[in-house]
Amino acid sequence: MARIGVFICHCGENIARTVDPAAVVEAAKKMRGVAHAVDYKYMCSDPGQQMIKDAIAKHRLTGVVVAACSPRMHEPTFRRASAEARLNPYLCEIANIREHCSWVHDDKGAATEKAIDLVRVMVEKVKKDQELYPIRVPVTKRALVIGGGIAGIQTALDIANGGHEVVLVEKTPSIGGHMAQLSETFPTLDCSQCILTPRMVEVGQHPKIKLYVYSEVESVEGYIGNFEVKIRQKATSVDPKLCTGCGACQQVCPQKKIPSEFDVGLGTRTAIYSPFPQAVPNKPVIDRENCLRFRAASRKGIPVEECTVCGKCYEACPIEPRKAVDFSQTDEVVTEKVGAIVVATGFDLYPTEAYGEYGYGKHPDIISGLQFERLASASGPTAGEIRRPSDGTVPKSVVFIQCVGSRDNAKGIPYCSKICCMYSAKHTMLYKHKVHDGQAYVFYMDIRSGGKNYDEFVRRAIEEDGAVYLRGRVSRIYRKDGKLAVLGADTLSGKKVEIDADMVVLATAIQAQPHTDKLAQVLGVPYDQFQFLSEAHPKLRPVETNTAGIMLAGACQAPKDIPDAVAQGSAAASKVLGIFSSDELEREPIVASVNENVCFGCFTCETVCPYGAVEEKEIKDRDGNVVKVVANINPGVCQGCGLCVATCRANCIDLAGFSDEQVYAQIKAL
Amino acid sequence: MKVGYYPGCSLEGTAREFGISVEKSCELLGIDLVELEDWSCCGATAAHNTSHLLSIALPARNLALAERQGFDQLLSPCAACSNRLISAHKEMAENEALRNDVAEVTGLPYSGGVTVLNYLDLILKFGLTNVESKVTRKLENFKIACYYGCLLVRPPKVIEFDDPENPQSMDKIVAALGAEPIEWEYKVECCGGGFTISDPTLVETLSHDILQNAEAEGANAVAVSCPLCHANLDMKQAAINARFRERRKLPIYYVSELVALACGATPEETGINKHFVDSYTLIR
Amino acid sequence: MATILEKEAIESFAQEVERAGGGAVADCYQCGKCSAGCPVASFMDLLPHQVVRCVQLGMRDEVLKSRTIWVCASCQTCTTRCPKEFEIARLMDILREISLREGTVAVSEKDKLRFHRAFLKSVEHHGRIFELGMMQDFKIRTAAQQAAKDPRVLMHDAMMGTGMLLKKKLRFLPDNIKGKKHVKEIFDRVRKREKSRVNQ
Repeated sequence: MARIGVFICHCGENIARTVDPAAVVEAAKKMRGVAHAVDYKYMCSDPGQQMIKDAIAKHRLTGVVVAACSPRMHEPTFRRASAEARLNPYLCEIANIREHCSWVHDDKGAATEKAIDLVRVMVEKVKKDQELYPIRVPVTKRALVIGGGIAGIQTALDIANGGHEVVLVEKTPSIGGHMAQLSETFPTLDCSQCILTPRMVEVGQHPKIKLYVYSEVESVEGYIGNFEVKIRQKATSVDPKLCTGCGACQQVCPQKKIPSEFDVGLGTRTAIYSPFPQAVPNKPVIDRENCLRFRAASRKGIPVEECTVCGKCYEACPIEPRKAVDFSQTDEVVTEKVGAIVVATGFDLYPTEAYGEYGYGKHPDIISGLQFERLASASGPTAGEIRRPSDGTVPKSVVFIQCVGSRDNAKGIPYCSKICCMYSAKHTMLYKHKVHDGQAYVFYMDIRSGGKNYDEFVRRAIEEDGAVYLRGRVSRIYRKDGKLAVLGADTLSGKKVEIDADMVVLATAIQAQPHTDKLAQVLGVPYDQFQFLSEAHPKLRPVETNTAGIMLAGACQAPKDIPDAVAQGSAAASKVLGIFSSDELEREPIVASVNENVCFGCFTCETVCPYGAVEEKEIKDRDGNVVKVVANINPGVCQGCGLCVATCRANCIDLAGFSDEQVYAQIKAL
Repeated sequence: MKVGYYPGCSLEGTAREFGISVEKSCELLGIDLVELEDWSCCGATAAHNTSHLLSIALPARNLALAERQGFDQLLSPCAACSNRLISAHKEMAENEALRNDVAEVTGLPYSGGVTVLNYLDLILKFGLTNVESKVTRKLENFKIACYYGCLLVRPPKVIEFDDPENPQSMDKIVAALGAEPIEWEYKVECCGGGFTISDPTLVETLSHDILQNAEAEGANAVAVSCPLCHANLDMKQAAINARFRERRKLPIYYVSELVALACGATPEETGINKHFVDSYTLIR
Repeated sequence: MATILEKEAIESFAQEVERAGGGAVADCYQCGKCSAGCPVASFMDLLPHQVVRCVQLGMRDEVLKSRTIWVCASCQTCTTRCPKEFEIARLMDILREISLREGTVAVSEKDKLRFHRAFLKSVEHHGRIFELGMMQDFKIRTAAQQAAKDPRVLMHDAMMGTGMLLKKKLRFLPDNIKGKKHVKEIFDRVRKREKSRVNQ
């Protein structure tokens, strides 16, 4: 015998202005099965919740309907209250008479009628509700961090120092990311590598961090607490257990002119190389596309073991009895089991080649911001001296152009890349500190310097270091008598201006790493049209995704600077530590289940399930023979979306908490 | 290859050499040009500067005539004419109300069936290897600054021809003729266009910079494909020299003249004898 | 004295321009790239981006009386490079048409308008331009002002004209096409429509 309690909330004026709560209460009292109906100004408040708890005890309620705001707001609140009053929380349902009623209608009479209908529908549903209990899944207390830049490093250290093992996967030969390429960081002008390398070393030496470099994540199966990840370790051609990082191989490699990725093309490296001296791990890899031996083998169509071209690195390797250089090494795919994943793959830059009016990236003295960092960096191709790539002379006038690719609907991306205003100001200061009689010009549209001490930093560049800031874009840059004529505008003085510069630095837009869409699809996380990974909620859940157990940190989510990337890294780590804080995870029991008697194994449900929750189950007879194979839904993975329920041809799948019977009862009640 | 031919007013007048050399070069290449019967002025800059409707209606008349005379391709060598014809075609395609208005004004509805080609377009469609096979006299000592100007390549979303910042079509054509196209920085900078007579100061200032850069980068000739550019750089070269106190003598060729020369025409057959700046020096 | 800004004035000018096909002026974020690349900016009073700014703020007079809209050579560099894909050159055409209708053409640029008028008169009469006739028409309209601005101009033009005649680049007689009446009809119909639009 149903004894349902109905509680109508006024939500102050939000509901009561358009829906008459007293009328709804009166109507509810007349509904079959309703034992108690009241209204109150704020049901979610402590007194409101107490009302529900008291009513459950006093009237021995078998179910509760709270007519209030969207269940997304307070369903957990009222369910918790019910549980505290010893009523199974899944016997408490919400009728949304705010977002679905009072907030979208004006006519008080009609809105009140609709609210009554909504209540009636939920009363019918509650009558057929079953007691449900949370599903418990075990948790593997190991984390996977994808990406070894500053965000990934911070996450890995925080999780590892929190007591749990971390698998850190990095696709280049060393961790460090873009921060390792920077000269000095704003707003303190700290030497970037000096503050980064201690962290890198900590990661490399940490007993709880397992580091895979030159590796990529190939596949991810499973669900929160229980992921199975396949990682492809690309062949480095160097045995890391034997190699001591002495560098003898790099000294003798004859291929010396390969453009260095770390120096963004301004410097060179060898075919067997370590990207920079402070690399972690400090073990070289062989770039097989440029290695003479591998190239010859592929050209001749023979296995590399039979090729006798070059091999100088092998000869120079001092390790005995077996050399560390190993041409026969192949890619290896390893499997790791983890309970949570943090994606921290960072960013890439918009190509200077995109702008014809700026020379299509062909002029050596028109460089990107990151290339300027390499010039300014003490470990860079010019040992920290600012020199023109074309002829090595010191430039006496340098023009910095902001927003190249950013805020550009026509040829670039429409968003702001956030960091360029700050690093351009920084560049003018680095330049001035090194070239005292030089003049820096900056073309800008706006100055975005909202962080702590950021605006003061930009003012310092202008007021103390003499940078000339011009408000306007540049129309074109062309060669003029050995210099670069920069044609821009200063809208503040209302003039078209020309600067004959020795060097031009383009602050190119930040974009997602190439193929981030593929990685997102492997992980099953959403991404936007620019391939930035999507956070679960832009304001309140910035480091989680909509996929349980997968977190985000750093620029892969959106352009950001180092302080924000580090903060997000720690935030993501805290979410992971939260998941690991118990041995089992509780999941909502709103999951689908298959009636094995009826199912005939067509597996159409499997093809529509977005989460991969459908498994095969063998039904055997007493002798152990397989009678049929049916679908079985893994309650740990199922998200309760209902696609399988709708798709099943035999109509044999049902959803707990939203059974077919309940839905039909609700429809009939209208 | 057979195409409709819309000479435009200037090819019969001040850009006579362009008209002569377009016809001669096509004859030598074997391209059949059939002149559009009773064509009228496209309106050029004067129309679009003063009346939008007129600036679409005048070209639309010619497009409609071309359709009715069975041409699906129409060669329009003058850059201003081709720019106006293509713009009118595009605007009418995208704006039904405009299309109907224009049809009422001209009395000749146009259904969008004509592709307008400029001279460079035509030669590229004909094929550079085909051009090379017809070359009998390579333009070997020509170091040419290929000058495109504005209307051949802009605005890119309407004209959709070549690269608006560093176009290569003319460079490829002159290279096929055996000449050396040079790299220079004023390929698409404006010469002053139609202000030749109404604002000589403006034109002389802009055109001077073009000539100066071409010469500084090592050119001994400039190639153009537009009557306005030719007038401003050739006919006004003396005025430019006077204003800037220089003594430049840089010959300005229509690219069609170069094609005709390379394919065996005599200089007089190409019209270069009508140039104001002596254009014979490189041919001796 | 401050320029008083009013919603009505701001909205109506922007809408007038938009209705004529000028695009949404609010799109322009005043980056100045158009002015930076404009080859004739040094001959203008308002820079191109300032013209757009005036339209954004409903400052009709400034814009319609400016030299800028007539000095613009329609080279389309601005439109080609604008990061917001705003068609500034198209806006210039629209402002020219409004300025003509309201009779606010900048005095110093009237020669350019006279050239356009002489050009179009020749087209209306012959169907194509009769260049000699057009030149004569233009010179009669403008000789005094041109001489006042720069006497060398008349001499150079005369030399050019003689050169063109000698090299047979100018015809002595007009080339009237068969459809010349049709072309005149087009002009008449356009004028009628434009008059009726003004009265709306």
